[in-house]
Amino acid sequence: MIRKVRQHISQNEALIFEESSPGKSGYQLPPLDVPAIDPAAALGKQNVRDEIEGFPEISEVETIRHFTRLSTWNYAIDLGLYPLGSCTMKYNPRVNEFVARLDGLAWAHPYQPESLSQGALQVISDLEAAMLEITGMDAVTLQPAAGAHGEFTGILLVRALLESRGNPRKRILVPDSAHGTNPATAAMAGYTVQNIKSNEQGLMDVEALARFVDEDVAALMVTNPNTLGVFEENIVQCAKILHDKGAMVYMDGANMNALVGLARPGDFGVDVMHINLHKTFSTPHGGGGPGGGPVAVKSWLEPFLPIPRLARKNDQWHLDYDRPQSIGRVRAFYGNFGVLVRALAYILAHGCDGLRNATLDALLNANYIRHKLAPYFDLPYTSPNMHEVVFSDERQAKRGVKTGDIAKRLIDYGFHPYTVSFPTIVHGALMIEPTETESLREIDLFIDSMISIAKEIETDPKMVLGAPYDTRTNKVDEVGAARRPVVRWKPERPASKAAD
Amino acid sequence: MSTYPENFRYTKEHEWAHLEGGVATIGITDHAQAELGDIVYVDLPKVGTKLEKGHSIGSVESVKAVSDIYSPLTGEVIEVNEGLASTPEQLNHDPHGAAWLVKLRVTGDDEIKKLMSASEYQEYVGAEG
Amino acid sequence: MLAACGVESLEDLFAHLPKEAQLGRPLNMAPGISEYEIIDFFKARSNDNATGYTSFLGAGVYQHYRPVLIDTIVSRGEFLTSYTPYQAEISQGTLTAIFEFQTMICQLTGMDVANASMYDGSTAVPEAAMMAVRITGKSKVLVSRVVHPEYREVLRTYAKHQGIPVEEFGYDAESGQLDLEDLERRLDGETAAVIVQSPNFFGIVENVKAAADLAHKRGALLIFVFTEAVSLGILEPPHEADIVAGELQSFAISPSYGGPYAGIIAAKEKYIRQLPGRLVGETLDARGNRAFCLTLSTREQHIRREKATSNICTNQALIALMATVFMTIYGKAGLRELAEQNLAKAHYLSSKIKPRFSGPFFNEFVAATNGSAPEPLNQKLLENKIIGGLPLRKFYPELGNAVLLCATEMTARAHMDTLAEAVSIQ
Repeated sequence: MIRKVRQHISQNEALIFEESSPGKSGYQLPPLDVPAIDPAAALGKQNVRDEIEGFPEISEVETIRHFTRLSTWNYAIDLGLYPLGSCTMKYNPRVNEFVARLDGLAWAHPYQPESLSQGALQVISDLEAAMLEITGMDAVTLQPAAGAHGEFTGILLVRALLESRGNPRKRILVPDSAHGTNPATAAMAGYTVQNIKSNEQGLMDVEALARFVDEDVAALMVTNPNTLGVFEENIVQCAKILHDKGAMVYMDGANMNALVGLARPGDFGVDVMHINLHKTFSTPHGGGGPGGGPVAVKSWLEPFLPIPRLARKNDQWHLDYDRPQSIGRVRAFYGNFGVLVRALAYILAHGCDGLRNATLDALLNANYIRHKLAPYFDLPYTSPNMHEVVFSDERQAKRGVKTGDIAKRLIDYGFHPYTVSFPTIVHGALMIEPTETESLREIDLFIDSMISIAKEIETDPKMVLGAPYDTRTNKVDEVGAARRPVVRWKPERPASKAAD
Repeated sequence: MSTYPENFRYTKEHEWAHLEGGVATIGITDHAQAELGDIVYVDLPKVGTKLEKGHSIGSVESVKAVSDIYSPLTGEVIEVNEGLASTPEQLNHDPHGAAWLVKLRVTGDDEIKKLMSASEYQEYVGAEG
Repeated sequence: MLAACGVESLEDLFAHLPKEAQLGRPLNMAPGISEYEIIDFFKARSNDNATGYTSFLGAGVYQHYRPVLIDTIVSRGEFLTSYTPYQAEISQGTLTAIFEFQTMICQLTGMDVANASMYDGSTAVPEAAMMAVRITGKSKVLVSRVVHPEYREVLRTYAKHQGIPVEEFGYDAESGQLDLEDLERRLDGETAAVIVQSPNFFGIVENVKAAADLAHKRGALLIFVFTEAVSLGILEPPHEADIVAGELQSFAISPSYGGPYAGIIAAKEKYIRQLPGRLVGETLDARGNRAFCLTLSTREQHIRREKATSNICTNQALIALMATVFMTIYGKAGLRELAEQNLAKAHYLSSKIKPRFSGPFFNEFVAATNGSAPEPLNQKLLENKIIGGLPLRKFYPELGNAVLLCATEMTARAHMDTLAEAVSIQ
């Protein structure tokens, strides 16, 4: 029975270009208080463009209706549980949005004098301190713009340290359960990637790892808890194997929200890691970004951190560019500052106890779902899980229904799907992460929906395969989109022109 | 049951080769297209490219997967099936015929003999499946 | 819930972690605080920054008016709190808006295809360079010295370990435009790309066509970079470029001490499969209605892993939405008028303070100085609540005491007069 939603009307809306009509506009500019300038005279005739063909011409009220109508076609955390495993879709507190828009922060120019930037630099300093206490590391840069950007920065740091020791080495080890960004990052940093197989518990195989690690290995990139939501219990031994050969341990901190207040990567052998502010620290995903990907390191990697570094001089914060061993810049200016403000607001709101409680609630919610759904869905790895749980569609696939189909049916029940078919070491994965945000009531609704779908698959698998039924857009032809890509709107040609 | 032409030879990576007078036509097998699902893009080399046996010719893509194609023989590309760029779905419909990928002027000796025959390949994919 | 999980306490949920990995103590941080305390905290930080100043800073980050509607729309939870639109059926809002974004970027830049955004302009540049290396099969990259200095630093960091030598070519000391002769000298058969910015870091409009012709003659691609997107409201788009990498901060994205902004990469159609990052494509749903979905995903890291076109995953979707709403509100007429106002303001300022270079400029220019260092003047201006121009010595030692001055539609004539007076009595 579908309890969370029922059908309702949603408005149609054409593309903004099709809504436009000549001469309409929604902007206002005050009259110029200086003499107007002839563009052709100032810039040269050849440098002045004609009007921008096809650009919108639309009123203010039409603009707000257009985007509001579009917005109603989206699912969002604000509408309910968003159980995308690995993505950590938790509530985004609105006070964070408010403070990020305060004039002195939002309108701060990155080149304004340091004496007039002490507030911004204090925010950076406070967030750095919080990151260090939470991760147990020695130094941190807040410059990377997202997780993958942090990975790239972190691996460049490893490379710089190894180069300073005489040999950058050749290979990066990546477990087969890793996010795709890990191997892509290693390649961008000039390393070859060696995939290592997980053991039967879905964990890193210590013996296999020992065989792979030699003097050519620069680092292991490991996600902990891993993408099964399982803590790599052998992490300390694994780190020792790497360190004994002079290699580093890089931790992908995508799942750091399972550890905050309970365990610190700096205490279990990690040399360098990134943190996803848009996951663990609740900065909004915004339909795909922006994010924040601070990179925290042990002291031996500190000299190589990107410039500039925050420093204290004469009782003032300032930015230090005199860092001869630095890998250089990975981004202009100082990072996604507005995202840093939001993350710090989240940390201040929670404080020491609140952060730990959030972690525990996330663990509890994930374990509760695991125990309630285990009778209905196959659990390929039975190690204790942390903040997320990964089922497989094995039972349902026998009736011809796969994880992607179950996900689409879940939409009819009013939920966003879980992560489909990842990690790839689980055949037909259903990767579920509820986060601490969800109440028992919302989680029970989700569990009831999943059980109901499992029963539908027993009685009417064909019906499930046709889902979703109740969305305004149903199954989308992705094959057609990829075969003949149309990635921009173009005006329809008049019939006479199309004919010739 | 799919039929694999008797006059073709096959690889474990699911390519086929058909040698006629020093020129080999290369394609992917029906088994390969079925495994990939709806093919949306084919990336092929330029005419004149020299290929070694076992090296990548290009790739075929479905919406969510990329599969490298390896040359079954050593030789030089003398013709490329340009039509696949606009109609990659041909690979799903006629992988052993109209949707051939490239033609090679073969330079290696006797490599063709080391490839599988139709019946050997049939047995191989039966076992793999 | 605990009972359902078969445990007695919350602590049991992580008891299996190795003892040496467990923290075993509370985090050394203050307890949590309430909403109004948080606001107080950040108001104090905000007040420790510059507020109420007039600024003549540009240099890649511009102060443009942000229509109120922008935040109204991006604050809607359906946009703010949704994930990357992988599930097309319940993400059509984001997908449609990105499709509109891609279209507007194409219209603006004269390119055929544009992606769904990059982190910012500075990271879009090396991604464009890597793209050119893949397309041409060559390795060397030539970058103009009047491309934003921090963008060039980022380019070097990215290129260093991918076997991409980066070489710089100079600018003409009189015009402030790129030195075409120097470019021609340095171009060779190994050059994959020539990177130029217009308006360049000095605010000067470049001869893009001439640079493109030289690049193309040697089989290299031309990468066009912009940091001031408003200039595209009036300047001829870079038709001759092969790839465009730019920064949209000027489109209603607050300066925010350096980010978050939104970068773009746009290109000629034939390079679509070499684009990094996400792309939205048009298609149909099973009922035959127009629908949108992420497409050509096989370029990306989650499928192609170490062979992907980039490792980018999270991008700047919400910021790109800000830019989309901005472009919609201003539209065809508004962006033109906005650009004309910027042009007029900067030229008024230049009538009072003489530009150092002779090349045509848009809304910023390098100011000649009478020999004295700009820092004391800037310090004095602060007393009048004016933040003066950016001293250029740090980036261009040869320019000595010159500063970069920017005026936008928000710069009042009275403030320009005050600045000019302070400069003249110096």
